[in-house]
Amino acid sequence: MRKYKEIIMQNIFLLAALATIVALLLICFFLFANGLPAIMGIGFKGFLLNTDWSPNDIPPSYGIFPMIIGSISITLGAIIVGVPIGILSAVFMAFYCPKGLYRILKPGTELLAGIPSVVYGFFGLAVLVPLVRNTFGGNGNSILTASILLGIMILPTIIAVSESSIRAVPNQYYEGALALGATHERAIFKTILPAAKSGVLASVVLGIGRAIGETMAVIMVAGNQARIPGSILKGIRTLTANIVLEMGYAVDMHRAALIATGMVLFLFILLINIAFHLLKRRSF
Amino acid sequence: MIKIKIKDLNLYYGDFQALKNINISIPENKITAFIGPSGCGKSTLLKSLNRMNDLVEDCTIKGQVLIDGQNIYGDIDVNMLRKKVGMVFQKPNPFPMSIYDNIAYGPRTHGINSKVKLDEIVEESLTKAAIWDEIKDRLKKSALSLSGGQQQRVCIARALAVNPEVLLMDESTSALDPISTAKIEELVFDLKKDYTIIMVTHNTQQAARVSDNTAFFLNGELVEYNDTETLFRVPKDRRTEDYITGRFG
Repeated sequence: MRKYKEIIMQNIFLLAALATIVALLLICFFLFANGLPAIMGIGFKGFLLNTDWSPNDIPPSYGIFPMIIGSISITLGAIIVGVPIGILSAVFMAFYCPKGLYRILKPGTELLAGIPSVVYGFFGLAVLVPLVRNTFGGNGNSILTASILLGIMILPTIIAVSESSIRAVPNQYYEGALALGATHERAIFKTILPAAKSGVLASVVLGIGRAIGETMAVIMVAGNQARIPGSILKGIRTLTANIVLEMGYAVDMHRAALIATGMVLFLFILLINIAFHLLKRRSF
Repeated sequence: MIKIKIKDLNLYYGDFQALKNINISIPENKITAFIGPSGCGKSTLLKSLNRMNDLVEDCTIKGQVLIDGQNIYGDIDVNMLRKKVGMVFQKPNPFPMSIYDNIAYGPRTHGINSKVKLDEIVEESLTKAAIWDEIKDRLKKSALSLSGGQQQRVCIARALAVNPEVLLMDESTSALDPISTAKIEELVFDLKKDYTIIMVTHNTQQAARVSDNTAFFLNGELVEYNDTETLFRVPKDRRTEDYITGRFG
């Protein structure tokens, strides 16, 4: 009797674990089954590198190159904004932060991760868009605005992963550096941070993944024009935005092209995940 | 010539008194061994010579440590003190970077950036640490790829690279195999002509083999301090005799 129970439970656990894999496989299947024929129909090169996205023209044109540029540019922007702040925050929290402040700061950064992206979008719309418009000109819905907003959104990821990898560096490196006459600062920036390099890089990669996949907040501040922008004060459309904005009314080839857009996004994320795992495995 | 003079040193970790009224003078260009059972305060005393105890929370120190006549607990630059008083730890702790960068870390810290000068220091330090010939072709490789004994000699070279006057060795062979230990003992013996060396060791035979003077500690007190031969042959104190003959510890 007992044995049967064990076998039943084991299989329940197995099913639970399989559910994840099945979901992943179904998503892959759906994306590729619908996306690949569309890409084949449009032409691989034409789909990825054509700069004209006009699905409603006759004949229609399905080039997602502007959206690829859009996703990459705001992700880079988010990295430029978020990575220095995130890493320095992690250093501060690991080495300088008074205990009392840490008790506020740590849950604070965790809370930042829990805010829904639509709320970030509202914040961007109400605060950042006017700020960028009044400071730099343009209409405010721009690459710059989206980059700043995403930079803030990836902070929790970068801080949490960097901090834990910095804390994981053995104390003997710190002591060794001090024993050579290094200052606290030098020991941190020239010994501990390099030693935590792979973890810190992993945090950046995770941040990239978060930024490139973000949809709602970006749509609300990025302007969403499907063209290659002339400056960072111009609006842009990302791969994610492209799907959300048009999925509601798209049919036939147009719909398939949007699913193919999702496939491209999926491949980006896959690459980022592979990079993350390679970084995690590698240490000096 | 007296290099280090410790006067009425009392050290507390919180309420616990780890060192009790230590008075000891350490001569220049000699090897002085601190021996005693675990928890006797020998490592604590060693770490108070380059102020590594500053890192320990709740550690209070009273008394004086004079190096070349200057009290290191007075108004001094701790980083300059640690440049002058180098340290080799119990477990080899090369930084996770290349051998070259490990050795160059100290000189760079103290403002030397010329490639030519650094190359010179790296070669000289590794030669002094008797490991140059073994690894001269692998300077760009990770220091962590070396064996434990080689790592420890790289750590010694790293300490020597900042041109210290005193070298503190905190049970620096206890994590190594006998052959590596023998190499390091030999090395330390050669180094004493240029440096004042203080070694903490669990291994009384090592103290007897290598050191010129030996100090025996028990429960935070300095029990006996004499030249090594006398201390081992005719210990004055009963407790010293018990320890070196292996009755406890």
